[in-house]
Amino acid sequence: MSTNGVITPSTLSPKDLPWQIQWQKDKCTLCGSCTAVCPVHAIDLGVHRQRLVQTPMGLETEPSNVYQVYYGIRQKTDPAYACVGCGMCSMVCPNDCIVVHRSDEADKLRYHINRGGQPRRRGGRRNVPLGILDQIKFTRISMLTDPALDAGRHEFELRTLLGRILPPEENLRILSEQGWIPPVREIYPLMIGSMSFGALSPNMWEGLQMGVAYLNEELGMPVRMCTGEGGCPPRLLRSRFLKYTILQIASGYFGWDEIIHALPEMKEDPCAVEIKYGQGAKPGDGGLLMWYKVNDLIAAIRGVPPGVSLPSPPTHQTKYSIEESVAKMIQSMYMAWGFRVPVYPKISGTSTALAVLNNLTRNPYAGALCIDGEDGGTGAAYNVSMNHMGYPIASNIRDCYLNLVKVGMQNEIPIIAAGGVGKQGNLAANAAALIMLGASAVQIGKYIMQAAAGCIGSESDRCNVCNIGLCPKGITSQDPRLYRRLDPEQVAERTVDVFLSFDTELRKILAPLGRSTSLPIGMSDAIGINDKAAADRLDISFVV
Amino acid sequence: MCRLIAITSDEPQSPMLAIQALDVMREGHDGSGVGLYFGDLGGPFEELDGAPILSGIFSNQGLKRLDRFMMDVGFMTKYKTSIKIPKNPPPGVPKRDVYLIRAYEYPEDWEGLSESEIQRRLLMIRLQLRQMGEEAEDMIVYSFWPDVIMIKEIGDPMTVAEYLQLDRKELQARVMLAQGRQNTNYAINLYACHPFFIQGVATMTNGENTAFIPIREFLTSRGFSGYMGYQSDSEVFTHILHFTLYQLGLGIEMYKHVITPLQDDDLADHPNGAFLKQLKHTCRRMIIDGPNCVMGCLPDNTLFMVQDRKKLRPGVVGGKPGLYAISSEMCGLDAAIPDRDKSKDFQPMHLDTAIIRPDRQEVEICRQTESLPLPH
Repeated sequence: MSTNGVITPSTLSPKDLPWQIQWQKDKCTLCGSCTAVCPVHAIDLGVHRQRLVQTPMGLETEPSNVYQVYYGIRQKTDPAYACVGCGMCSMVCPNDCIVVHRSDEADKLRYHINRGGQPRRRGGRRNVPLGILDQIKFTRISMLTDPALDAGRHEFELRTLLGRILPPEENLRILSEQGWIPPVREIYPLMIGSMSFGALSPNMWEGLQMGVAYLNEELGMPVRMCTGEGGCPPRLLRSRFLKYTILQIASGYFGWDEIIHALPEMKEDPCAVEIKYGQGAKPGDGGLLMWYKVNDLIAAIRGVPPGVSLPSPPTHQTKYSIEESVAKMIQSMYMAWGFRVPVYPKISGTSTALAVLNNLTRNPYAGALCIDGEDGGTGAAYNVSMNHMGYPIASNIRDCYLNLVKVGMQNEIPIIAAGGVGKQGNLAANAAALIMLGASAVQIGKYIMQAAAGCIGSESDRCNVCNIGLCPKGITSQDPRLYRRLDPEQVAERTVDVFLSFDTELRKILAPLGRSTSLPIGMSDAIGINDKAAADRLDISFVV
Repeated sequence: MCRLIAITSDEPQSPMLAIQALDVMREGHDGSGVGLYFGDLGGPFEELDGAPILSGIFSNQGLKRLDRFMMDVGFMTKYKTSIKIPKNPPPGVPKRDVYLIRAYEYPEDWEGLSESEIQRRLLMIRLQLRQMGEEAEDMIVYSFWPDVIMIKEIGDPMTVAEYLQLDRKELQARVMLAQGRQNTNYAINLYACHPFFIQGVATMTNGENTAFIPIREFLTSRGFSGYMGYQSDSEVFTHILHFTLYQLGLGIEMYKHVITPLQDDDLADHPNGAFLKQLKHTCRRMIIDGPNCVMGCLPDNTLFMVQDRKKLRPGVVGGKPGLYAISSEMCGLDAAIPDRDKSKDFQPMHLDTAIIRPDRQEVEICRQTESLPLPH
């Protein structure tokens, strides 16, 4: 720092930042790849001044200085340009001479990341790496009294039902009277949750859709993907692939003009309609697509002007009460497709979930309830909402399931669990645990971005810049220069890989438990946890 | 694994026929208990014209309480058989005061009640007695139903049978279910002993139901008082069958479609595929899992056997017109009906329900992939 430099309150040293970039001068070719790729311009070409002391032999010539300059990498310490730790610089460096390290102490950046009075917004998940789901073990192993099954060779019925299931007596009565029975879809219990066209790049969306289509049409796995709040590309609306898609309607109603107009031209019904009332990453807050990402294409699909931020309201404008308006909204959506498409609400995990559920049990049209727990991801939200708001998914799901058991309606309203499933990479184990706690299906978002497209965001606050459209992998960017890094075909392949390996792992969990004829929803006797308080709370066994 | 035998015969048979079959299969049970169900009774109970018969074990104190209770409700004893037991039970059999088999006259004020109401009240009385017995530990009640007698006791089947002198005319029956128990999961509790009974429906199972907890939760949340107990994971099979027959009005051919529905490809090819898909969806909570072979008897004395989807438990049916048996082992069947045509023995596989109707003329094999009679 020069002698006349100014130290402001927000003047930081590299040590104060969460990520420090280490660069090796002797290996660097000064190719400039790292500075070019850095999404947040945290590094630039620095001109460094260097003093060389020359001490010749003997006493005749006095030692002297030479000042030289050399060129290299400099890490910016301005909070606006702080390194996000994505590590793209390492990835592109031909000589492996640059690497990012996590600071060994809590950063000071966090106190300064609100310039202009604008609190931090970001993408990703709650920045807490661990969770209860990973502690749950599968303890009821079939031994001798009931031989364990063969995960590879037995037949397994790994399907779940989406839609309102009537009690058996009522179903058969209505069937004999040829009355209306709510539509029910038989789907794979692992769904791709709502990530909008807009939040995701076109290449990412296309890759996921292709992967889902392949899983359905070539492998016979009825995997479903939800659109999120950004509408649906017009060609998809008019294609046969629509039946693999769950259309989401949220409080901004983005894209619904297009959907409604496409109705007469639809060849297939969508799988379902999800009405978003809440989201785990930012409970009680509406969707948010920041202006960076609203380009002409996104604007056209959503029916908005380009270049403006799109904050959806926290609630549906027409919502007055759950008994009335929500019921009406569910019915209206049913009516749009002639009562052939299941409609279900999605809420964020909350201590009031039971109240919602109890109301839905009395609404004969509610096709499911999706609950998105506190670990749910997002493309953009306020940091405070992500880190501190919300309800853990495990106990929320368990409470809801046990409440349904109490009223005898378990699985009549399927409960879909979302939020942090596979957060530590243990997707099948987390999903199976949630199913045994009472979920009929689980949704993933962040996991599929990580596994199918190489998202490097983490709960150690790495990257997490999905909100500003600078995703270095091109997953959540709307800038063609970025998203062309992502090949949709490869995303599709990886999506298929993920589901196939999940399927095998799920069998590897269910087979030793002796379950294959149906998905073991609510099989709580099979799981245990080595935390007494959690065991009591979840009503499962305590094992040490 | 337990050992099971079910026999149906035109002529009333001595309980010893079943006991001997269990004895032949003794390698497969550990003598921890025996359970017997007798229906379509011969002997004096045949003459009782629909009078409900109470079966159970009582202490002297419990018997007094029973008499007081039944009198209050208005039941009068119509006929009873007394089992005079030796003073000291054989090793492994607990000492009891009274093994009760007693037929009652219906209370006068029950006259004119509908059949379903009578059935409901009989169930409620059994449950009430069971509850009283559990509170004071002085009564164990197995059944209270016309034309049905049940006996369950801890100990080796043959030892118990000789001790209770079961070879007697009063206990002769045309339909018998018998189980020799292999104690596995649960402490020896007579309510965990097969066969299980509810309103004329009795089943016993060889196996282990890994889907027990969710099914129990489903049944107990039906609001039907009889769906209780569940000291054994196999009791849900009886109650699912009861639910299928009584609540859904479906026949035994549909039982397998409820507990182990067909998979998609088979459903797509099935003549009644659309209906079965509905059934599969709506009855999903009753889908069983694990290796299981269920045998049982319906209110009309039809005998049946189904395997679960995986067929990991043995089971064979065979016999001759007028006398058929279903057994968990071939040697049990041989012991019960040695002079049958063995080439007609049938071992049901994962799609089959074997049914022997009350006329006892043939074994009807109902494959799940065949078309079925729609609900009437």
